[in-house]
Amino acid sequence: MSLAQVAPVRVAQGTLADDWRAVKVVWKRELLRFRRNKPRIVTSLAQPILFLFVLGTGLSHLIPGGSGFDFRTFMFPGVISMTILFTAIFSAVSIVWDREFGFLREMLVAPSRRWAIMVGKAAGGSTVATMQGVIILALAGVVHVPYSPVLMLTLLGEMALAAFMLTSLGLMLASRIKQVESFQVVMQLFVLPMFFLAGAIFPLTGLPLWLAALTKIDPLAYVITPMRNAVFAHVAIPPDVAAQLNTGVTWNGWRLPGGLALAIVGVVALVLLGIAIVRFSKTE
Amino acid sequence: MSGAPAVVVDDLRKSFDDLVAVDGVTFEVAAGESFGFLGPNGAGKSTTINILCTLLRPTGGSASVAGFDVVSRPADVRRHIGLVFQDPTLDEYLTAEENLRFHAELYGVPRDSTEERLKDVLEMVELWDRRTSIVSTFSGGMRRRLEIARGLLHSPRVLFLDEPTVGLDPQTRSHIWSYIEELRKRESITIFLTTHYMDEAEHCDRIAIIDHGTIVAIDSPEALKASVGQDRVELKTADDGAAMAQLQDVFDLEPTTSEGAVRFYVANGDRFLPRLFAELTVPILSVSVAQPTLDDVFMSYTGRTIRDAEATASERMAANPFIRRRTGVRR
Repeated sequence: MSLAQVAPVRVAQGTLADDWRAVKVVWKRELLRFRRNKPRIVTSLAQPILFLFVLGTGLSHLIPGGSGFDFRTFMFPGVISMTILFTAIFSAVSIVWDREFGFLREMLVAPSRRWAIMVGKAAGGSTVATMQGVIILALAGVVHVPYSPVLMLTLLGEMALAAFMLTSLGLMLASRIKQVESFQVVMQLFVLPMFFLAGAIFPLTGLPLWLAALTKIDPLAYVITPMRNAVFAHVAIPPDVAAQLNTGVTWNGWRLPGGLALAIVGVVALVLLGIAIVRFSKTE
Repeated sequence: MSGAPAVVVDDLRKSFDDLVAVDGVTFEVAAGESFGFLGPNGAGKSTTINILCTLLRPTGGSASVAGFDVVSRPADVRRHIGLVFQDPTLDEYLTAEENLRFHAELYGVPRDSTEERLKDVLEMVELWDRRTSIVSTFSGGMRRRLEIARGLLHSPRVLFLDEPTVGLDPQTRSHIWSYIEELRKRESITIFLTTHYMDEAEHCDRIAIIDHGTIVAIDSPEALKASVGQDRVELKTADDGAAMAQLQDVFDLEPTTSEGAVRFYVANGDRFLPRLFAELTVPILSVSVAQPTLDDVFMSYTGRTIRDAEATASERMAANPFIRRRTGVRR
């Protein structure tokens, strides 16, 4: 073996193009790992399916009869966002596993800037969570939601936004978690309350004041509202039932328009990601 | 190759709360040199290497690697160094090749040379045939080889190897060393390694012996051994206590006991033995005379064997955030 065989290598100069390569490869790694982990895909679908077909079917008997409205249609956007919620948080918190198993160090010692790694993680988690959501979305017909292209595209966009916001939240939480064991705490303290307070499985109507106040600070509620608006616009539903079920998020009695709710979600996502980047950059 | 040193360290200090891990270390490593940091666990080796790799900020002094200051130019330092850690840092769910490609992208290796470079480093560590295997199927030795290949992928000027052979069986260890020798010839890079295996330190051009955060000796392995100047004699006797007393009183030596044997150092040990047999009244069970090893060098500079030093150093490790052991939790 001679020296001539060694390829001459120019080292990276730290340009924006290099950071972009870092973003892309971190994103790609998330997808690769997702694809390799088939059991995870299946098990994370079990829960939403259980909610939709078992809990949903059970709850539909509580709905006043006569309207002919399937309660599972109401639950459908909630169950989609539930899938996204759990997948996104799990993906983001995988950074804690990376720390535990050493791979985080490979990323931390690289010359690429920390924000690039975080943005890559956020993009990867969002993509994976959206893909999981799409699998549930494919069940639309079963719960009487039509496969209208406009509805599907609208929901897809809203799902992607939700996935981005939730992954950013997960990354923000993960930047503080040092041990895998703490993951359970995150699930109990953040994820489950977020899910229940978002109006995913029950309408946010006639809640006591303290509970109503909590729903207003739950960013997930701001995603479910526009998603439900989109679904209700495409199904036959008596107006009085729709009004009762789809109250949405109200501020001082004023019902937030879907567009504004989505804008809020986008801003919250960016702020959370920003916090995650700042915290992550401080890690030695 | 330029004449500028690859690593310059001047009065480097690092404290963790009330623990002083590195206490005023000064040395230089020439370009192309292989330099070893030898010392017991907890002596400050890993802390120093972490500062040089920009993973820790020093609390005092200065250091530069490949011509860049580790505090003010960390990104430049990182671009010019390769790292192989004590603990694994591979993604076990990816293939060998995917791990390397991830690294190439993260380090901005030009796309047109990635393929050639990838093949080059994988062939060097004899893993080219296994490039599409998932890393979780690899043995400990294969993983370490893959990490070495990855550390070289972006053609670093300095390769840092933190305990590159720890936890590996002797055969794999000697394999790893032959790879390291090979790459020195081929890549003409500077190698900076830490080890607490005395025999492995002999692979280096120069060695710094570090204990309690300070360098106690720094020279080539040969010069260090010559500085001891004496042979090591180990005795097994019927009564070690009486033998120790006589060695002190009659022969004016400073014997110690370690691992069930009486040990002392004496010039020209082979010529000393007849006198020992004639004058020692305690029955001798066995005798061995050995040329000084680096272990003896460590002993002569610190007054302890490296194994004894490690026994007392284990609690110091707990203070270093990078030596947190894996807890064994599986995904």
